Amino acid sequence: MAADTLLKVEGVETFYGNIRALAGVDVEVKKGEIVSLIGANGAGKSTLMMTICGSPQARHGSVIFDGQDITRMPTHEIARLRIAQSPEGRRIFPRMTVYENLQMGASLDNQKFFQEDVEKMFTLFPRLKERQFQRGGTLSGGEQQMLAIARALMARPKLLMLDEPSLGLAPLVSKQIFAAIKLLNVEQGLTVFLVEQNAFAALKLSHRAYVLVNGSITMSGSGAELLANPEVRAAYLEGGAH
Amino acid sequence: MEYFIQQLINGLTLGSIYGLIAIGYTMVYGIIGMINFAHGDIFMLGGFAGLIVYLLLMTVFGGAPIAVALLCMLVVSMLVTSLWNWSIERTAYRPLRGSFRLAPLITAIGVSIALSNFIQVAQGPRNKPIPQMVNSVYTIEGISISLKQIIIVVITVALLASFWYIVEKTPLGRAQRATEQDRKMAALLGIDVDRTISITFVMGAALAAVAGTMFLMYYGVIVFTDGFVPGVKAFTAAVLGGIGSLPGAVIGGLLIGLIESLWSAYFTIAYKDVATFAILAFVLIFKPSGLLGRPEVEKV
Repeated sequence: MAADTLLKVEGVETFYGNIRALAGVDVEVKKGEIVSLIGANGAGKSTLMMTICGSPQARHGSVIFDGQDITRMPTHEIARLRIAQSPEGRRIFPRMTVYENLQMGASLDNQKFFQEDVEKMFTLFPRLKERQFQRGGTLSGGEQQMLAIARALMARPKLLMLDEPSLGLAPLVSKQIFAAIKLLNVEQGLTVFLVEQNAFAALKLSHRAYVLVNGSITMSGSGAELLANPEVRAAYLEGGAH
Repeated sequence: MEYFIQQLINGLTLGSIYGLIAIGYTMVYGIIGMINFAHGDIFMLGGFAGLIVYLLLMTVFGGAPIAVALLCMLVVSMLVTSLWNWSIERTAYRPLRGSFRLAPLITAIGVSIALSNFIQVAQGPRNKPIPQMVNSVYTIEGISISLKQIIIVVITVALLASFWYIVEKTPLGRAQRATEQDRKMAALLGIDVDRTISITFVMGAALAAVAGTMFLMYYGVIVFTDGFVPGVKAFTAAVLGGIGSLPGAVIGGLLIGLIESLWSAYFTIAYKDVATFAILAFVLIFKPSGLLGRPEVEKV
């Protein structure tokens, strides 16, 4: 495995009961890259993200992170290797304040860098600062999305996985979030693995991308290549730029 | 009026004990959604552990100052019940996690029967008395308060305060609340969910042990069946307060204690349990989520 590979997913098959959600997926993410995964609803994008985190575990195949096989590792131990996820549905703790949700994100370091990091998050998402004493469940969808991303970043991740970061956000806010991701990637070399419905924005942002169809990768290439690909355009970019 | 205040004090004492047990029910329910019917027997076990420690102190060391004796009883019985409840969760409940909802419930009933029978065999089926440990009684304006009652209320308040602090202000408490609200997300943030659940059982058991020891001290007697009725009453308290809600458990416990002592004072003592359980029925019919409980389904 190349030294700069951070995440390598090989031949992963994931089942829900008897239903095969992933049918042998291969994905590679190198250090410092933004890689996106695009595909229709139900293609298995979120399942792949959760499989990487060991919940559910892959039935076949392997997930290698930073040279370590994490396929059979319990979820919380995977998280401790600094894979942070902003999952599908955001999963904000509804009866905790915004501040406590962020503290949960910083659990790994026992809050050692909390003050420093929380200030960064409040600069990145000023709205969270205004809402910091409000319960997570009372936030709007967009605010929850920001909180989910901020909570993931609080873990100081080596790999940041974002499941539909633009979902439910006003176009302007989603633009801000993509800009923030880009900034973190350029300035801090943060590696990002991204699932997006908004394929246009995702491809523009990403170094490389994969197309997932019915649990299998059907295409991959640089963001620009896929943007130019007529099949991708027809299937995922109908309606043009957002 | 004096009589009424006297009953309030008695009810408050009793309610403190129920409240401490109720917390164990409500915490476990909150975090894994099961009613741990063996919790009442853990309480009874705590009483027995306290009794054994007291007798050991008397026979081996020839007695000890009351404060020291009480402290030893509390600490040892907390340790013993914690170990029991930890093992029970490990061996009986954890393998059933993810199974259908009734499975752990039935198992809990089984564990409850096993525990009370174990004590019956190991300690004998008769009432086990403990000598009067503290017997000072203070009379103020015709109202008598015993030192026992003061000790019970003070210990309860101190425990509840530290317990509240742990749950609301420490990383452990935060992990517990996170696990309660979204187990999968907690794991994604690096929280060891299994360990957090174990700790929850241990904390519940420790509080029940304190309740058991104080029950023993208050009534001066304990028997292997004592897990059942106080256990079910504490469960009623948890339901009345709103199962899953910690302040609800305390308030429910106090209310049940007050209802019980006031009923005994003004109506017939023989029907005091009927009064308590009638409340359970009314709550379940008219306000199933309890006083401070959340509705069962909460979607964000």
